[in-house]
This record gives sequence, structure tokens and C-alpha cells, in this order.
Amino acid sequence: MSAPTPSLPASGAAPGRTIAAWWQALPLTAVFVLFFLIPLALVLMVSFWDYNQYEMLPDFTFKNYVAVFEGCLSGDDMCVTFKTYLSTFKFCLLVWFLTLVIGFAVSYFLAFHVKSNGVQVVLFVLCTIPFWTSNVIRMIAWVPLLGRNGLVNSMLVGVGAVDQPVEWLLFSNFSVVLAFVHLFTTFMIVPIFNSMMRIDRSLLEAAADSGATAWQTLWNVIVPLCRTGIIIGSIFVITIVMGDFVTIGVMGGQQIASVGKIIQVQTSYLQFPLAAANAVILLALVLMIIWALTRLVDIRKEL
Amino acid sequence: MAVEKRASGFWPLALFFAAYVLFLYGPMLVIVVLSFQGPQGGLTFPMQGFSTHWFHKLAEGLGVVDIGAALYRSLGLGLTVMALTVVLSVLAGLAFRKKLWGGNVLFFVVVASLIMPSIIVSLGIGLEFRLLDTGIKKVLEAWGMESLLESYSTALGIYTSALGAHLTWTLPFGLLIMFAIFNRFNPAYEEAARDLGATPWQGFRHVVLPLIAPSVVGIGMFGFTLSWDEIARTSQAIGDVNTLPLELQGLTTTVTTPSIYALGTVTMVVSFVVMGLTVGLGKLLSKRQKSRRAA
Repeated sequence: MSAPTPSLPASGAAPGRTIAAWWQALPLTAVFVLFFLIPLALVLMVSFWDYNQYEMLPDFTFKNYVAVFEGCLSGDDMCVTFKTYLSTFKFCLLVWFLTLVIGFAVSYFLAFHVKSNGVQVVLFVLCTIPFWTSNVIRMIAWVPLLGRNGLVNSMLVGVGAVDQPVEWLLFSNFSVVLAFVHLFTTFMIVPIFNSMMRIDRSLLEAAADSGATAWQTLWNVIVPLCRTGIIIGSIFVITIVMGDFVTIGVMGGQQIASVGKIIQVQTSYLQFPLAAANAVILLALVLMIIWALTRLVDIRKEL
Repeated sequence: MAVEKRASGFWPLALFFAAYVLFLYGPMLVIVVLSFQGPQGGLTFPMQGFSTHWFHKLAEGLGVVDIGAALYRSLGLGLTVMALTVVLSVLAGLAFRKKLWGGNVLFFVVVASLIMPSIIVSLGIGLEFRLLDTGIKKVLEAWGMESLLESYSTALGIYTSALGAHLTWTLPFGLLIMFAIFNRFNPAYEEAARDLGATPWQGFRHVVLPLIAPSVVGIGMFGFTLSWDEIARTSQAIGDVNTLPLELQGLTTTVTTPSIYALGTVTMVVSFVVMGLTVGLGKLLSKRQKSRRAA
């Protein structure tokens, strides 16, 4: 926690060792240069290119960006881009709030109420196992529950709560948010639990001795000390929802627009420069959100 | 422990936790159960009998999709990603223990890759390989290699662009695990080996590697399972043939029989088998370590 860099202090680093270290880091570096940095640079470059029905045409034009924001500055109706971002932000905020509340409560229970170390590990692992299984499977798993003839509807009709099966359960905003929460609460639990486990237990005793109620301890001691975990989890959840097209596509019944889906659709029509412009705008927004969040915490210090 | 009074809030929170676990596993369990529908069964309850009918249907293929081939491709890619993730993460983990010039920048890039929206990475890699295609075609044209030009289609593929896309997703996890391992690693063992005259390679092979082996197996599991289920990063970077999850995503809109649940059950079983093997192997390795130390 105190180390200024993620690396361990070099144990007796002899001169010349740096070079050996670089040979070791080289393959990993090469992968990120080839498949991350260069591709990002190309997205930026191509976003200024022109295109026709068949191919991309090298150029320097702002027409893709103009096309993205077409009609946004004039007229009373909101343009497609603003509407899409608004809908994406709405999902982001809802999913962030729900995953945070659930993730915090689950972590809090595990960290402070489960006394046995072994049980704690088992329950924590139980929460993380589904992370390693297919997202699509976990999405379509909701179909037999939420569908028109699904379990929930049969029950609702059975107890007489509704006359007709409820339609908005599946392929709706509701099912999209539900699936996001189902899929990604893990991303909140892991970092928050991790921060909670580092809290010195004597601080809690001190708070109790000073006469703090459970709520006061929670709000004034635990939450501030979990800030790092909360922010790391938030960054994961927000970046996932902002760029998602799979969950929104499958759970929204291909009806709900999202920025990620616009990019995907445009690439399927080979409109790569237009998709690239959208990607650059999305990236700029996501970076701004992350920047704002990291103002609140220095992640590297906390690793 | 039973005598000790539970803190206030224990039971409501325990109930909340149980509800969360049910929420987490319930739907998955439903899929598994429904995949054993009888031949007359549909996508929902009630069960119409009990059979492995839909698994047989799955083996025959779903529509135009060759499930077997997709499964084989995903397995091959997953194993390759696993091997590369282990080797590259361990190497880089070792590098970060020493003074690494630019190490902070590299770390920042790796973390950036982890939180970058996948569609952007995918689009970028797709663009990269398409531009590469254009370049290669131009070169072939310029050199007048007509026959090669005609047979050349694209550099996009499972073991080129898709492999790279998967590595940008698995390596950050691998590297972060390596940091966690080495943060808890006692360098005294290594120093002892060095004092006894071990070469750096001997020190790594006989001292460091056995100590970190159980966690390294975990990195392998991350590599395989993350690749096995990956969709978003592969979507624009795969080329002509699809991996299993991508086929599955396509099938969600077209297949209306429990076959799709059977497919879900199969992929889940593979994930769980890999996790089980990893845990088993990890336990075995640390047990061997302990018995050796005791001996």
C-alpha cells in the first residue's frame, strides 16, 4: 500500500540488470504496442478518412464527425447521437448505482460479518465463479424466467397479480439493466472486498469505543477507507456499460440503441471511418469520466 | 462461535447475500435443467419429459452453424492464449521486480487496455489488419505476383488478429496477478540460492518457479476461460470464421429450441472443468512444495 510504484523495490539491483528486465518485458510490451497502441492510433487516423461503399479512402476530412453530430445543433428534436448517449448514460447511472449498492453490501457482509477465514474465502469465490462463464449464456438464462411464458409471468398470473403476462420483463430496458447487474456486480465486489480486508480492525473498535453507532462507523470510517475499491469498481462498470453492444443487443431484443452498437452496425456496413469517429468520441467521453474518477484516488498507490 | 452474539445487521445482510447468490446462480441452473428437456420440450418450463435429445441435436449442428468446428477453434485459441498469457505475464512480472525503465508507462498501458471499451480495441485491431491487407495487396501488385494476389484474402484470423485481441484482455489480468504474487514473495530464498552459487536461470527454475507455480496455474486458468468466453473484443477482429461464443451470440436470435441451452450447458461445463482442474493442480503443486519443504 505504501510502495510508490507497483513494482517491488529492486532487491540489490546490479547495473546492467535493467537491460535484462527489458528483454523480459519485451514480449508483453510488443503485444500491447501491436494490438493496443497501434490500433488506437489507427482508429484516430481513420476517423479522418473518407470512404465509399467498398473501401476506405485516405484523406483528412471532418465529415465523419460532422455526420455523427448531424442535426444536433439545429432543430428542436434531439439528434440520434445525443439520444443514444443519453440512453447509454441512463443505463450507466442505473447499473453503476445498483452494482455499487449490491457490491458494497455483499462485500461488507463478507468482510465484517463472516468471522471464519475459510468460510469467507469460500463465499468470496462463490461470488466470482460466474465471472468465468459465458456472458451470453448468463444472458439467455433469463429468457425462461422473464419471457412471456416464463416463470415470473406464470407466477404473476397464477397468484392473480396480473391478468395478462407482463411484456416488459424481457427485451426491454428492465432486462438490459438486470443483465448488466447480473453480469458485472463481480467487478464491484472484488475491489471493494479487497479494500475492506485491508482496513485495520482496531479502527472499528476505536470508533465503537468512541461511541459511534454502526451507521456512523460505516459512513465515517468504512466508506472513506473503501474509496479506492469503490472507484476501481466504478471505473470497470462504467467503461463496460459505456462501450457495450452485446448485452444491450441480446437483452434489449436488438431494439435499444447504444454507442457500441452503432459502431458495430457501421462496421458491418463497412463504414469504418464513421465507426472510427464514433469510437474516438466514445473514447474521449470515457477518458473524461475516468479522469474525473481518478482525481479522487491514486490507483497505483493503492495496489 | 455459536455462543458469540452476532453483530446487529448480521441476519438481514446474510439474507441479502443469500438472495444475491441465488440471483447469481439461479438463472444458470435453470439453463442446465432446461437443456435436458424431452424432445417435445420448449424454451420454458414446464419440463416436457427428460432426455439428452437436445444435446444430440446440438451435435448434429444448429442450422448452418458447425458447432463442432467452432468448439474446436475456441479450444485451440483458448489454449494458445493460455500458454502465451502464462509465459508473457511471468516474464513481465519478473521484469517489474527490477528497475524497469518506462515500467510506469507500460503499467499504465496495460491497465488502460483492461478498462478500454472492448468495441474500440476490436475496431482498432480490425482496422489494423484491413489496412495491412490493403498494403500486402499493393505490394503483391507492385511486384507483379498475380497468382499470389488472387489467392490472398485477408490477414484477419483466429491466430493473428483474434489472438492479439484476446491477449489485450487476458494479459492485464495475468500481470496484475503476478504483481500480487511478487508483492508477497520473500526474496530471501532467491538470495540464498544466489549465495550458494546458483545462476539466475537456476534460481528461477529451482527456487522462484516452484514457489509461484500454484498462482501461475491460476493465470493459465484466467487466460483460457477469459478467451473461451470472449465476444466483444473478438467481434470485429475475427475475420471469416467465428469462435463458439460468437456463434452462440448469433444463435440467440435464430435458434428457438432447447439446443441453445444444451450449448450453454456444454460451454459452462468446459469452464467449470478448467476451473476445477486449475484448483486441483494448484493444490497439488502447493502440497508437493510443502512435503518437499518438510522432507
